[in-house]
Amino acid sequence: MSEKHHIIPVWFFVGVLLLVYGFLIFASGLAEWSHPPGTVLAELHAPVWWGGLLFVLGLIYCIKFSPKRQA
Amino acid sequence: MIAMMASAAPTTLVHLSAVDLVIIAFYFALVLGIGFYLKRFAKTGEDFFLAGREMTAWVAGLAFVSANLGSLELLGWAGNAYQYGIMAAHWYWVGAIPAMVFLGIVMMPFYYISKTHSVPGYLQLRYGSAASALSAITFAVMTILMSGVNMYAMAVVMEVVLGWNLHFSIVVSSLTVGVYVAAGGLFSAIFNEVLQFFLIWFGALLIPILGMIETGGWSGMVARIHQNFPGQDFTHMWGPMKSFADNPMGIHWTGIVFGLGAVQAMGYWTTDFLVVQRVLSAKDIRSAKMAPIIGSFFKMAVPLIVILPGLLGRAVLPMHLVAASAAQPGQFKYDDVLPLMLARYCGPGLLGLGITALVAGFMAGMAGNVSAFATVWTYDLYRPFLRKDAPDSHYVSMGRWCTMIGLFVSIGTAYLVMKFASMMDYVQALFGFFIAPLFGTVLLGMLWKRVTRAAGFWGLLAGVFSSVGMFSLMKLSSRWVSVFALSPDAKGLAQAMYQALWSCVTCVVVTVLVTLVTKPKPDEELKGLVYSLTEVAREEHASFLHRPLFWGIAALAILLVLQIIFW
Repeated sequence: MSEKHHIIPVWFFVGVLLLVYGFLIFASGLAEWSHPPGTVLAELHAPVWWGGLLFVLGLIYCIKFSPKRQA
Repeated sequence: MIAMMASAAPTTLVHLSAVDLVIIAFYFALVLGIGFYLKRFAKTGEDFFLAGREMTAWVAGLAFVSANLGSLELLGWAGNAYQYGIMAAHWYWVGAIPAMVFLGIVMMPFYYISKTHSVPGYLQLRYGSAASALSAITFAVMTILMSGVNMYAMAVVMEVVLGWNLHFSIVVSSLTVGVYVAAGGLFSAIFNEVLQFFLIWFGALLIPILGMIETGGWSGMVARIHQNFPGQDFTHMWGPMKSFADNPMGIHWTGIVFGLGAVQAMGYWTTDFLVVQRVLSAKDIRSAKMAPIIGSFFKMAVPLIVILPGLLGRAVLPMHLVAASAAQPGQFKYDDVLPLMLARYCGPGLLGLGITALVAGFMAGMAGNVSAFATVWTYDLYRPFLRKDAPDSHYVSMGRWCTMIGLFVSIGTAYLVMKFASMMDYVQALFGFFIAPLFGTVLLGMLWKRVTRAAGFWGLLAGVFSSVGMFSLMKLSSRWVSVFALSPDAKGLAQAMYQALWSCVTCVVVTVLVTLVTKPKPDEELKGLVYSLTEVAREEHASFLHRPLFWGIAALAILLVLQIIFW
C-alpha cells in the first residue's frame, strides 16, 4: 500500500483481527457444543463454522500480507 | 472496571460473557497499537492530513464507504426498514450509488488535480476567501457538534443495550479515538475505518443468513410479514410511491428521485468533506476515480446487513416495535431491531463480535469527524486567516492539538445534548442545511467557467438561508408542509428531501443571476478548476477492466436491476 513509507499493509491488521476473533469464537462454539445457548437456531452451531471461516480468512490475510513478505 | 461499566445496569437487551469482553478489549488494544505504530509515519502535513496521498483505490474506497457506515446509521436504518419496509433501501441505492459514480467520474479529477486538502480548499481556489470561509466555519462547527451528538448517542445505545455507564462509554471511547487520531492522523482514521468495515460485515452478516434459514428464504419472510401485518406493503420500493398517502413515509417518487437522488445524495457524497477526504488520500488520479466506484459496490450490498434485518424483524420478532416517542416502559423501539436480532441469533463470542462492530462503528465515526475537523481548521481557517507562513511541522502540531481540542469540545457537546435532548434533532438538521446548496455551488463552479467569486458566495448563502427558512416554517406550521413538501401527508424524511431540492434550486438560481451581473475570473486563474479548462488524462490505452467509467456503468446497471427486482 505504501511506497513512500513502507507501512505494514492494513490488510495484515485485518488478518490479525480476523484470526484472533475467529479463534475465540470457534473455541467458544466448541465449548458450548453439548449445551448450546438459548438462541434461535443454536442447533446449527453458528459460532463453530463462522469462527472457523474468520480464522481461515484471517490466516490467509496474515500470510499474504505478512510484513516479512512485503519487505 | 467491569463494575464501573455496569454501574447503571438497567434492564438490558443483551448480556455479555467473558469471551465477549475479551473480544471488545482486543479491539481497543489493537486500534491503540495501530495508532502508536502509525505515529512515526505522520510527520508532514500531507502525511497527517491526507495520509501521505498514498492509499490504494481499495483502501481509499473502503474507508470512503466506512466513513458513512457508523453505528447510528446501522441502528437507525435497520429501524427505518422495520418502520417503512424496503423503501428505506432507497437511501443506499438511488440515494448513494449515482452520486458515488458521479464523484468518481466527474468531480474527483478536479479535487485531485487542484491538489486541494479539502472541499473548502477547492472553494478557496475557485471562489476566493468568502465562500471558502463560510463553508469551512460551518463545516468545522457542524462536524464537532455532530461528533458530540454521535458520542452521546453511542453512550445511550451502550447503556440501553449493555447496561454500560453513560460517562464510562463517553470517556473511554473519546480518549481512545483522541489518542489514535492525534498519533497517526488520517493514516490512523483510515486504517481503523478499514478494520471497522470488516468488523461490521462479519459482525452483522450472520443475522440475515440465519434469518433467511429461519423464515425459509425471501418468499417465506414476505409470507410471514403479510401474516403478521395484513394489508400492509413492506416489500416493494417504488410501487407504494404513486402518491404521498400510499406509504408510511408520506413521500412521492419525485421526492426520492429529485430530492434524494439528484440533490441530497449528490450533496452529501460529493461535497461532505468527511467522506471526500478519504478519496483525496488516494495515491494517483486513477485510484482517486476508482475509490468511490469501488465503494459504490459495497454500499449497494449494505442493505443486506441493515435493511434485511429490519424486514426480518417484522417477520420473526414476537413483539411489535414502536416509535421512540410512543414507547412505554418495557416496550422496544424501532431502533432496537438490530440489537434484538443480534441477541436472537448470537450467543457468546458472536455477540461480542456484533457489539464490537457497533462500538467500532461509533468510534470510527468520531475519528472521521475529528480528523476532518482538524484538517479544515488547520488548512482552511488557521493557515489562511491566522498564520500564513508557518513551517509545515507547525501545522502538523496544530492538527494534533486540534484533534484533542475537538474531542474535548465534542465531549462538552455530548453533555449538553444530555441536558437538552431536542438539540440532537436540530444539530442533525443543521448539517442538512448546508450540504444541498454546497453541491450547487461546487458543481456550477466545476462545470461553468463564467461563474464569479461573488456569485459563488451569494448563491451559497441564499441556498443555506432558504433551507433554514423552509425548515423553520415547516416546524412552525403544517400549512407550510403542503407548500414546500407538496403534500400535508409528507413526514420528516419526505420534508427533508424537498427542502434539499428547493434550497439547491435557490442556490443555482441566485448563483446564475449574480454571475450575469458580475465580472468573471480570467481563464488563466481557472485552469485545473473548471471542466472546459482542465486537461484530464484520458485512459484510451487502458483495458476496459481498468477504466473507472466501465465500473461506474456496471454499478449503475446493477442498481437498475435491483430497482426492477424490488419494484
